[in-house]
Parts: sequence; C-alpha cells; structure tokens
Amino acid sequence: MLNIDEVKKIANLARLHLTDEEVELYRGQLSSILDYVGQLKEVDTSNVEPTSQVTGLTDVTREDRVELANVDEHQRILNQFPQHEGNLLKVKAVFE
Amino acid sequence: MPHENGYPLPNELSIAQASDRLNCGECSAVELTQACLDRIASTEPQLKAFITVFAQNALQQAQESDLRIKAGKRLGVLDGIPLAIKDVILIAGDLATGASKILANYVSVYDATVIKKLRAAGGVFLGKTNCDEFAMGASTENSAFQKTANPWDTTRVPGGSSGGSAAAVAADQCIAALGSDTGGSIRQPAAFCGIVGLKPTYGRVSRYGLMPMAASHNQIAPLGKTVEDVKILFEAIAGHDPKDAVTVQKEISNLKSARNASHSDAGGSQISNLRGTRVGVPREYFIEGMDAEIEKSVRAAIDQLKDLGAEIKPISLPHTKYGLAVYYIIVPSEVSADVARYDGIRYGYSVENDREYLAQHPSFSLLDVYRDSRGRGFGPEVRRRIMIGTYALSAGYYDAYYAKAQKVRTLIRQDFINAFQEVDCIAAPTTPTPAFPIGEKSNDPLQMYLADVFTVTLNVAGVPGLVVPCGFTKNKLPIGLQLVGNYFDEGRLLQIGSAYEQATEWHLRKPLI
Repeated sequence: MLNIDEVKKIANLARLHLTDEEVELYRGQLSSILDYVGQLKEVDTSNVEPTSQVTGLTDVTREDRVELANVDEHQRILNQFPQHEGNLLKVKAVFE
Repeated sequence: MPHENGYPLPNELSIAQASDRLNCGECSAVELTQACLDRIASTEPQLKAFITVFAQNALQQAQESDLRIKAGKRLGVLDGIPLAIKDVILIAGDLATGASKILANYVSVYDATVIKKLRAAGGVFLGKTNCDEFAMGASTENSAFQKTANPWDTTRVPGGSSGGSAAAVAADQCIAALGSDTGGSIRQPAAFCGIVGLKPTYGRVSRYGLMPMAASHNQIAPLGKTVEDVKILFEAIAGHDPKDAVTVQKEISNLKSARNASHSDAGGSQISNLRGTRVGVPREYFIEGMDAEIEKSVRAAIDQLKDLGAEIKPISLPHTKYGLAVYYIIVPSEVSADVARYDGIRYGYSVENDREYLAQHPSFSLLDVYRDSRGRGFGPEVRRRIMIGTYALSAGYYDAYYAKAQKVRTLIRQDFINAFQEVDCIAAPTTPTPAFPIGEKSNDPLQMYLADVFTVTLNVAGVPGLVVPCGFTKNKLPIGLQLVGNYFDEGRLLQIGSAYEQATEWHLRKPLI
C-alpha cells in the first residue's frame, strides 16, 4: 500500500494538484491497481527483449521542413493563448 | 421505428444504400443530412451522443455534394454521406473538446489527416460525438460534459470510449462514424450497441490530428451499420502519412475478394463460402465468470462460420491473462507524457482566466499555474492514469513496471504470431458481459478496466480486430463477435465478417428508440 507522502510525491512530479481527499482516494485506488499489475512478476522474461514498436519499423525519418500556417490557422493559435500581449504568448516569470 | 410505408428513412440507410440513392437521384445529400439532423433533434434528449452538432456547416457541405452529383461529378461512394466524428479528432475551425474540461473551448487549428481524406471524398460532417475524457474509459461516463445512453436500453452505457459514435450509428443519427481504439474503444461500444467496428492494424491509419492517447497502442477506426460500410470508411482513411511516422506504405490486400463476396450476395442467390479458411478459437477467451448468454451466442457464431465452410481449430494464446496488466502499465505511462502538453500556458483551461480561482488566490506562481490548471482541468480518470504512469516511470520503479511490461508485451505479440502460423483468423467474444447499467462501475476503476479484458491484447500486439453483431441477450442487449486478423490482413477479416453477416440477420435489428 502506498503511503500519503508517496502519493503526494507522484502528484508533484506530475504537476498535478490534489486535495487531501483526493490523495486519500488515489492512495487506495492506485494501490489496488498496482497490486493487479504486479501479477507480471510471475512471468519469466529473463530471455525476452522488450517491444516498443509492434510492426517492426525502425528509424523512420522525414525532412524537417517548415510549413507555414495560413492566416486562419495562425489566428486560431493566437486566439487560444490564455494570456497574451499583442501576438506574443505571455507567461509568468520562470525565475524570481 | 418510424417508416414511410415500410420503406427505411434516409438516415436509417447504410453508406452503400445511401450512395445508391444519391446516384439515382432518389434522395439528395441535403435530404439525407436533414434526415440525420431531424433524428438527432428527436433522440438527443435521451441519448446525448453528440457534444457539438454542426447543422449549418453540414447542410452546406451537403449542398455542395448535390451540386457535384447534379453535374455528374460525384467524388465517390462517400460524397454526400453524413458522418459523426469522435470529439478527439480535429476538424479545422470547429470545437474539439476531447470531452475534457481542459479543452472545453478549444478550436481546432487544422484538419486531422483522416478528416482531410474524408473531406476530399465529399463526406459531410454532422458533428462531434461524446466519449470518455481523452478516450480514457470503457463506458463514456468519464466525459466532462454528459453521459451517453445505450440506444437499446437507455439506463445502460453505450460502452466506451467511442460511446457517442457507436450510439449515434446504432440509433441512425448518422450513416456511419469515426472513433478511436486504444484498448477496445471501438470494438466494445460496437458490441454494446449492436453495430460493426474495425480496429485496423497499428500503423494503418494516420493519427495526425488525433488527440494523443498512448501512441504505441491507438488507431483511428470506423463504426458502421454493415461490414461493407466499415470497409468503405477504412479504405478512405487508411494509408501512409509522413506526419505519423508509424504509418506504413503497405497496400490493403484481399479487399477485392471481400467486395466480390458482398456483391454476390446483393444478387440474392449465393452466400459466399469460407471453404479453406482456418478459424482459431482461443481457449483463454472463454473464461469462468463470463456471461453465459455471450458465450452461447459467440459459440453459435463460430458454428455458423463452420457451416459456411471454415475449418475451426482450437488454439492457445497463453499470455492472454497478462494483457490487461501490460496495458495498464504501458498506457498510463504513455498517457502521463501525452497529456503533459495541457499545462495552462499555451491553450486550453488556465487558472489565470478562472475568476473564481483568481478571487481565492491573490498571488500564485508559475508552478501553481501548472498544478492547479491540470488539477482542475482534468477529470478523475485522466488524473488517475497520470498518477499511475508517473509512478511506473519514476526512478526505482521503471524496471519493475514499465520495462517488465514491455517484455511481456513481446510474449503477447509472439502468441499472435505463432497462432497465425496455423490459422487465418481468430474468433472470440468482444466483452465478458453485455452493456452494464450507468453508474455500476464508475466508482471502481479496476472493475471498469476489466471490461476491456478481451480487447486490449489486440492493441498490445498491434493486430486488427473486427466486431460484428452475433446475437442478443434475453433482455434484448446486443452481443458482438470479435474476429482477430493477422498484421495488415484487414481484407481477409472483412471478407470473413462479411460472409458471417450475410448468413445472419443480427445486423438488421434496430433499437426501439
């Protein structure tokens, strides 16, 4: 069973604010899910390679070419900035 | 079901039937679209399948189709056909919410590749359908906005995550639809709603413009009223796309014979036979605790395949029972990275624009913007998966969880590769139970995950799966047969599904809504 500090640590790593009730709720739910997936321990994988791509493609590349957005696309991107100054995205200071 | 003199209403038609009517001028694209919009208006209060309906845009697209048809320049079988699109796929200039509060007001910047292809084929976009938030769920109850009802029993879920698209097809609110499938999100709702769904081989269909959800597992996929219809949509959306690096250049084989098979039936005389087709029945998919009516219907369907000439072979996929555990390690791990982009900074919900938040927090930091925008913007299941994934990838646990799951993934994939040495297709149930009541599993995430037990292994391995209606329970809930194909062998899968469909009448039944 995960403890409260572990749950808080994961939430912080994930940049996710949780209320105290949520920390308690997720502590139980994550623990039971982790118990369930823990059954993989019983599988012998000592001589097995991991799979990260199921159809066997490797090193797929393409030319890194700039495609200009049209006026509509450009405007749609600008319209969705939560905070802006003119056409610039405004963010809070990273360094105090 | 309202009928004019026993003749089906335009919105009740399949793509193939509607296309014939458009060709011979018996019906216009505007009439077809209006019939769907009328049906949406009359059934949405009960179903809640759509998040957004584009009535005006749809009618305009239909008018353009009609002009092409009149000029003898129809673009093909999809020109003028009204379609519903799962709200995780982008249509330029239209709302795309992912059924998430964090994107409640998001407007798509560009068209997804599949939308570009359907647009070029003359498809009409009716609207965006409800789903679980960012496609994470098995009941569509995880939508931030509404719960969709199953057209066969409105107290039950339509399945998920593509529940809105499946309900819309089953209730004739549209002619066909697109969804996406990461662990069963097309196939389980198709089974619950009594329609046809095809999850293509991994890499068959471009995901450019699909909201990301476990990139090593997911595919955009068609839902339709017949096997022929999902074949038409599949052919239209499949293909290599430089913007999705895992898409392949392979041709779709065996499609021609699938088409011939259905045409021979259209003549009414000959039902295509499956002589020479080897169908495997995996013992691991008939487990203790599965619904007895489902087992009975699926076994009867397998007998039907045998009657059609198929050779039935018992097979084993020995690592099946680990599929769900592999899935619920790898998928949340990928999800925790996928949704990192929703940060309250560039687009979507931000606490910086939330008056209530600003009133409570006179000052806050950049870190607060991240944590609080995400904490408030994401629903419980998305947050749960972010937490599991972050844990599984964190220092000290990576080898025990993620690396281990990727190795077991190899064994599951090998199971299928071995099986397809002996058989052409695998027949299995789609779900362990029929559609369950709304609310039944929503407080128990692990029980909800178990709803995917028969579908996730296909995504873990990357093989294609087709679901066709194969019966009903005593309570008139649909049951789906799942046919699993070898890598890139969708053509044969469609051929077998089509032969089964022609020999049965399950797909012709309509819900009484």
